[in-house]
Amino acid sequence: MLRAAWRNLLARKLRLLLSTFAIVLGVGFVAGTSVFTATLGNSFDAIVDASVGEVVVRPQTDGDPQGGGFDARTLSGDLVDKLAAADGAVRADGNLAVEGVFVVDPDGQVVGGQGPPGIGLNFNEAPNAAGEVPGSLSGGRAPEGPDEIALDVGTAERAGYSIGDSVPLVTASTRSQLETELVGTYEFSAGLNGATLTFFGTDAMQKIFFDGNDVYTDIWVTGAEGTSPEELRDAVATGLPADVEALTGDDVAEEQKDAIGQVLQFINIFLYVFVVVALVVGSFLIVNTFSILVAQRARELALLRALGASRRQVRRLVLLEAFVIALVGSTIGIGVGFGIAGGIKAIFGAIGLDLSESPLVFTATTLLWSYGVGIGVTMVAAYLPARRAAKVSPVEALRDGVAMPETTIRRRLIVGIALTALGAGTIAAGLIGEGGRAALLVGIGILGVLLGVALSSPVIGRPLLALLRVVYRRTFGTIGQLSADNALRNPRRTAATASALMIGLALVATMSVLGQSSKASIDKIIATNFAADLVVSNAIGQPFSPSIADDVAAVNGVQQVAPFRYAPGTVEGREDFIAATDPDAFADMITLNLRDGSLGDFTGGTALVEEQRADDEGIAVGDTLTLRLPKGEQDVDVAGIYEQNPAVGVPYLFTLDEFVSGGLRPQDNFVFVSLAAGATFETVEADVDEAVAGIPLVSVKDQAAYAEEQRAPIDQLLYIIYALLALAIVIAVLGIVNTLALSVIERTREVGLLRAIGMQRRQLRRMVRLESVAIAVLGAVLGVVMGVIFGVVLQQAIADQGIEVLQIPWLQLAVFVVVAALVGVLAAVLPARRAARLDVLTAIGTE
Amino acid sequence: MPTLTAHENITLPLSIAGRKADQDWYDTVITAVGLGDRLGHKPTELSGGQQQRVACARALMSRPAIVFADEPTGNLDSAASDEVLGFLRRSVEEFDQTVVMVTHDPTSAAWTDRVIFLADGTVVDELLDPTADAVLEKMRA
Repeated sequence: MLRAAWRNLLARKLRLLLSTFAIVLGVGFVAGTSVFTATLGNSFDAIVDASVGEVVVRPQTDGDPQGGGFDARTLSGDLVDKLAAADGAVRADGNLAVEGVFVVDPDGQVVGGQGPPGIGLNFNEAPNAAGEVPGSLSGGRAPEGPDEIALDVGTAERAGYSIGDSVPLVTASTRSQLETELVGTYEFSAGLNGATLTFFGTDAMQKIFFDGNDVYTDIWVTGAEGTSPEELRDAVATGLPADVEALTGDDVAEEQKDAIGQVLQFINIFLYVFVVVALVVGSFLIVNTFSILVAQRARELALLRALGASRRQVRRLVLLEAFVIALVGSTIGIGVGFGIAGGIKAIFGAIGLDLSESPLVFTATTLLWSYGVGIGVTMVAAYLPARRAAKVSPVEALRDGVAMPETTIRRRLIVGIALTALGAGTIAAGLIGEGGRAALLVGIGILGVLLGVALSSPVIGRPLLALLRVVYRRTFGTIGQLSADNALRNPRRTAATASALMIGLALVATMSVLGQSSKASIDKIIATNFAADLVVSNAIGQPFSPSIADDVAAVNGVQQVAPFRYAPGTVEGREDFIAATDPDAFADMITLNLRDGSLGDFTGGTALVEEQRADDEGIAVGDTLTLRLPKGEQDVDVAGIYEQNPAVGVPYLFTLDEFVSGGLRPQDNFVFVSLAAGATFETVEADVDEAVAGIPLVSVKDQAAYAEEQRAPIDQLLYIIYALLALAIVIAVLGIVNTLALSVIERTREVGLLRAIGMQRRQLRRMVRLESVAIAVLGAVLGVVMGVIFGVVLQQAIADQGIEVLQIPWLQLAVFVVVAALVGVLAAVLPARRAARLDVLTAIGTE
Repeated sequence: MPTLTAHENITLPLSIAGRKADQDWYDTVITAVGLGDRLGHKPTELSGGQQQRVACARALMSRPAIVFADEPTGNLDSAASDEVLGFLRRSVEEFDQTVVMVTHDPTSAAWTDRVIFLADGTVVDELLDPTADAVLEKMRA
């Protein structure tokens, strides 16, 4: 039996190649994602491990760090000497770190700044937890003087600065612009993933960022040989001030890795969604290929049965073939996966996450997943055809025209409808629920509905194909009719082939509807909620210096400015993203409807609460909230309850006072500007532009430009999704090629006959092409319809979370269908050529 | 073609060429083929003899100079064979159609005007106005 299986594999090379290719692509994506995920995680781990000291002393966080970038607290400088003298300590080094320090290149553009942080550090030679200095100067000298800096090598290169050049910096501190001289370049031992490191002399840094106070943001303590980090930590902890804590480097690293892991998880989930899509679509191709392989060999299998092979042996034969194909396909797929991982790395590099210094990581997990998924999916996909193959009765071997016993379409329809209903129910359950689990339920539900519809599509697709037949007949005459008839001939196969495209397009269409709706919603939100004339901000919400608001306020013709800040904070024991603004000015900028209370009462020490949150937590006007920020807890009175407002987007709105007294860095995310009565818009806009011209991190926008900027990331996201889903389309094309190739083989005799009674090669090719287009259009139309339904349902479900407007991009959806038709044309090229090349007499003599 | 009705099959050569059927000729052929009310049926709904007759009628539709028929009664029973051969014979007599038929069956050969015997690829004998017995006789020789 083993030899029979092997021979069978070799005898059908083309078919084998196609089905292997499906597995290669599917596994390639699994492996690629897995490799990339591991690489990404490793690169951040390496950075974190290199940048913690043996023992880290820092302001107390109660095990609840809210991101260093927001925390403005510092440690007193005299603590360093005290810590160095602690039992078992050899040295202690004071570190300074501030975020939002970026280099401006000679063209006036910010280097980096599209996501990866720009970190300002004091230059020192503190050893990290591994006992090594995490980096060293690769050129020049250490910065000392008030205007001297060293840059990491990568940033200096990207900006095109060399030692001795003067380098303009922008910072998020009160000094928004700095003019510095590059005196050294720095090489960090791990990669930087696109981050910018700017080193200052310690004194200079204290002067620029900390009002000249002798303070540090944290202190690393290094112990003597033989002192464990835990012992050192305990020794150090005894003499600490009340609001300062000491942790081992391992603990800090762990904490930071967790925090980074949570962010990376989003990227990973996003990538794994595509893995699932690739696999589902790929399985359709595999199932189809095996059905075809088995159908073609029905007579041969029957002969095996007639020669005494049991059903079980026949089934095993087919499964064994599947296993070999899966093994080969998975192995090649893992290789391809490396290429894909490199591709993803390049894409992320282009959007700012530079991983060029991190080599791809290959782990046992990758290996396990890739083989597990590749072999698992293939075996499951091959099982049904294998079972069907075993049902061939021995007597079939003696008959002409062996037909494979097929399960009735009705049974598939019933399973399909059940699956669809189950999927719909799961989606509903997911939409009612909350959080990541709910999203997962919605995802599984969508998959269920898609599979259900795919199963029922032989029935659902029939009227569509019948309609197409009429159109074809009108347009292309008999050739068209023959094509449509051929597509209708084996509705299962046509539908299964179209399903691959359907799933891909359903997801693309869903995202298009959601994307378009989001964009329309952004426009509406800005139109209805924004009263400000101008907005100063940057595209990705990087915080910037509060001095910008002052500069803008000083411009002639500006009535008022309202800075807006976002930060993480804990309100009533619940962690949230919260906002703060200037209570006097902001009412002119954002149209906020109060359900309760009054805007007049909104002054320092009070807060506004969004109504949903107020209802959930039972908060009323006059209540006192407990707000916890880095510096500790403070009481804030509720001045009003506001109706939900996407322009605010957070459940609590505080005043700037609480943020400053809470120990948050004074950094703005937005500055809204209103114009004085009688001021000329163009003049003021130009003047405000001029005022922030030196800070390329921010730009000045009117409402339309602001809306444009807010819409841009959605477009970016959509492009990434389209690009990745092109993969599903590649698999779909392969499926169509496969099906058509089989159709041509099965109908060799017919092809010969048609040629014999006068059909030209050209007409024959057109016939195959039209059949292909019919399959593609069927898949596309089903997919787009499903996508619109999903899109509308999801939009309705999250209408109150910022996507309140439903807008369906009809034109774009029509383009998808047209593209699918073109894909059909493309897929038909080879099978059509093959059909046209058949020798008429040989073909007509084929049984 | 299994997806087309008998009528569509018969007119297929013309519709592929993009020509309209000559109604008179079509009627003539249809009358001769004798399918009557079964023209709207698909091949699977026709008997073997009827299927073959449709195939013959289709061959005649484009008025070829010669119709080549390779074992036209290959897997038909004797009654169905008679239907098909009868139709081919009528097409010879009524439409002056030249038909060249390949067969192993003396009875089929007897329907023709002239039989040429082939053995291993060469012409070995010839017979005019054959009968089944005469053909069998020659084959034995």
